[in-house]
Amino acid sequence: MTATFLAWSITASQILLGVAMLCATWRMVIGPRAQDRVVGLDTLYINAMLMLLMFGIQTGRTLYFEAALVIALLGFGGTLALAKFLMRGEVIE
Amino acid sequence: MSGAPDLPGWAALLVGILVIAGAVMTLLGSIGLVRLGTFFERIHPPTVGSSSGMALIVLASMICFSVLRSRPAVHEILIAISVTMTTPVTFMLLARAALYRERLEGQSTGDPGDEDPVHSD
Amino acid sequence: MKRWLHFPFLALAMLAMWLLLAQSLSPGQILLGTVAALLATHALKALRPEKVRLGSPKAILKLLSIVLADIVRSNFAVAAIVAFPRQKRVTGFVSLPLELQSRAGLAVLALIITATPGTVWVDLDRRRNRLLVHVLDLVDEQQWVSLIKERYEALLVEIFDR
Repeated sequence: MTATFLAWSITASQILLGVAMLCATWRMVIGPRAQDRVVGLDTLYINAMLMLLMFGIQTGRTLYFEAALVIALLGFGGTLALAKFLMRGEVIE
Repeated sequence: MSGAPDLPGWAALLVGILVIAGAVMTLLGSIGLVRLGTFFERIHPPTVGSSSGMALIVLASMICFSVLRSRPAVHEILIAISVTMTTPVTFMLLARAALYRERLEGQSTGDPGDEDPVHSD
Repeated sequence: MKRWLHFPFLALAMLAMWLLLAQSLSPGQILLGTVAALLATHALKALRPEKVRLGSPKAILKLLSIVLADIVRSNFAVAAIVAFPRQKRVTGFVSLPLELQSRAGLAVLALIITATPGTVWVDLDRRRNRLLVHVLDLVDEQQWVSLIKERYEALLVEIFDR
């Protein structure tokens, strides 16, 4: 009974996170301005990281945790570089 | 329905509820990103996903792995720490970049600008 | 000892991170982690970070609990705004003067304000020490100013500026 509930809720939350990723992608595609797209990208990678954590819970493997950590750190660096670029027109001054 | 970890009843219930709550909060944050009208409004909702959504799912993952391995698994706290430390920095920098760009183009953002101290204390 | 251990707290935190990533407490991992933490803190010395002197642990705990409660509360507030949009919602910038001087304290204040949904730290005028914050649900500007100044800044001054 509770096992079915768990399986059901994991699937449901994966679908919800998938819709959340679609929303972020939508904002990234339609813009309208560059900063909107970067906010969309930032949200997309956070959602993707949570999705990986969900896969980790579903399969019971720690491999996904490492991938999620890497996405979190690389996404941070990427968004930081993009924000810097928007502000100054170059990344490293 | 396939693929669920083999957890005892109470843990399965707890993990299921936490996971759903976290996903709903994250989804609300992302919906806000689509729904709200201006850039400075849109920068707020993703923080919901990166704070409460992240915290709930990380908590679920910690409980799940602690029960599965029958020893405390706290390594997910690294994700929580790195996300709470890093996402504010990106949003702050993005807000500054947007303000700078809009000031440069002479668009009215409604901010009390440098030359015009409307909001005195 | 003093020559090798420049930032003891940071070195300890890095060792803890290493052990969490390795997910073991074996002596080999502890040794490796200690060496890595010492090398990393030694490299940090080249950047010459400012010395930060922290105030009373009581104030830190108080600030931590206030911030946690506020983050939980404003999470629900922002989620409600997204789920049930109101017609008459005012959003805008709030500008306020700051007394906080320490750079570390300002960094912590920036993290607190931005990590709380509904408020984003936008800009700080270092010359006049005026802070610009964007607020999603701006009902009463004075209320936000006093919230930031009394709830966060007073404690941060107590922790960092003494």
